[in-house]
Amino acid sequence: MTSKAAPVPTPETQPYWDGCAAGELRLQRCTHCDTFYFPPRPFCPDCLSDEVVWKPLSGRATLHTYVINHRAAPGFEAPYAIAVVQLEEGPRLMSNIVGVPQTPEALELDMALQVAFEGRGDVQVPVFRPAGSVS
Amino acid sequence: MSIKGQIAIVGAAETSELGRIPQLSALGLHADAAVNAIRDCGIDKAEIDGVASAGQSPVAVAKHLGITPTWVDGTSVGGCSFMLHVRHAAAAIAAGMCEVVLVTHGESGRSRVGNGAWSPDLQSLNGQFEVPYGPTGPPTMFPIGVLRYMKETGLTAEQLATVAVVQRQWAAQNPRAMMRDPITVEDVLASRMIAYPMHLLECCLVTDGGGALLVTSAERARSMDLTSPPVYVLGTGESCETPMVSQMEDFTTSKAFRVSGAKAFAESGIGHADVDHLMIYDAFAHLPIYGLEDLGFVGRGEAAAFIGEGNTAPGGSLPLNTNGGGLSYTHTGMYGMFAIQESVRQLRGTAAAQVPGVEVSVAHGVGGMFGASGTLVLTNQAQ
Ligand SMILES: [Zn+2]
Repeated sequence: MTSKAAPVPTPETQPYWDGCAAGELRLQRCTHCDTFYFPPRPFCPDCLSDEVVWKPLSGRATLHTYVINHRAAPGFEAPYAIAVVQLEEGPRLMSNIVGVPQTPEALELDMALQVAFEGRGDVQVPVFRPAGSVS
Repeated sequence: MSIKGQIAIVGAAETSELGRIPQLSALGLHADAAVNAIRDCGIDKAEIDGVASAGQSPVAVAKHLGITPTWVDGTSVGGCSFMLHVRHAAAAIAAGMCEVVLVTHGESGRSRVGNGAWSPDLQSLNGQFEVPYGPTGPPTMFPIGVLRYMKETGLTAEQLATVAVVQRQWAAQNPRAMMRDPITVEDVLASRMIAYPMHLLECCLVTDGGGALLVTSAERARSMDLTSPPVYVLGTGESCETPMVSQMEDFTTSKAFRVSGAKAFAESGIGHADVDHLMIYDAFAHLPIYGLEDLGFVGRGEAAAFIGEGNTAPGGSLPLNTNGGGLSYTHTGMYGMFAIQESVRQLRGTAAAQVPGVEVSVAHGVGGMFGASGTLVLTNQAQ
């Protein structure tokens, strides 16, 4: 395998990946708790209500924490950051940070990020670039 | 209802060899450790009526050893599974479901003989939401919160490296430890970068080995002709937080650690000052730091200074990871069994780096990447 691993959606997560394919980061929001949650599931993890709706997100996030992997996975070129980003709407995602050197100096915790999308096989996955940088 | 003091570990042993054991499969390592533990206990195999294991199924372990159990536990939540096995066995024995439980671990982590291959399920939550971002094993995922911890508490790279240095001091006293040569902070920081901020010497070893325990009631232990004095279970805890490390509630503390630890301490009725010896599963150098804080031995952000001042080193007030730990002793993959084994040795007075006068030892384990946790409070004092 020489290409990056591609996620395989399940029925519960398909709308998330459909959103990514359309260039839109979306998550479910519980209409009772008024909160977004992740990963996708057809009910709210707090109150178990199934009155949840898919909503587009702002795509704004901050760099919460990361490692810089020096042992590349198939399709990757080391070193590269594996990060956790803090979405403006609350949940956090694992992701890659693009459009910036993969160095501790360039990757400052809490820096502002904006979502972008990258192909993994036929699937688009959300990645993040420094806010204000040209996509 | 509490099992405090009612349960005892009456047999404990590791595989005859540790490190590189290409002549044994993973199942064979379970069996080697089990036979050693049965001999250590002096019990007749026919008296064993409970089997618990992780990695290899307890069905396979029982058949391999010719045991027909009336109680089986295949809890497999990562490296702390054996803490959970002891906890579950204690409850089962107290409830009369079985009388003598064999807990086994064996893993061909280094030689990879009969150990199974790792391939991610790309439909799992990890497969969909983490694997596409290029992790290559636990070193590239488990420490993902360390930079956050550094920013929030001021932990320095030198302090983190000191964890590995201190554990090597313990390993230097242990002929069975894989890595025994003294190291300095400079050595650690000069070792190869595996996943920034973690260097090679801040990551656990990868070895072959195993361990096994025999657990029974304290009452039955009194009537047994044991080769070593019993080690009593004072309190136990377990919990879990998340299958995806990226979904931890807080990257500077483990919820599973806090819940499991608090449960075990509450059940035991002891305070932190009563603990003479401590094992905290150290897959990576940040784990003893998180563990010391999440178990309540020190306050938030204080663990690195506590370690740096020598408190956990030989001669210190709270001897920690005295076998050398996963960083220097051995790490097969599910190391928790070895943490329990060292607690038992310290309580028996037979450890390679024996701490004088140990009466209470705590063995605390992690499963997955801050996914699960198990805690045992053990003593050599009959209750
Ligand atoms: Zn809700």
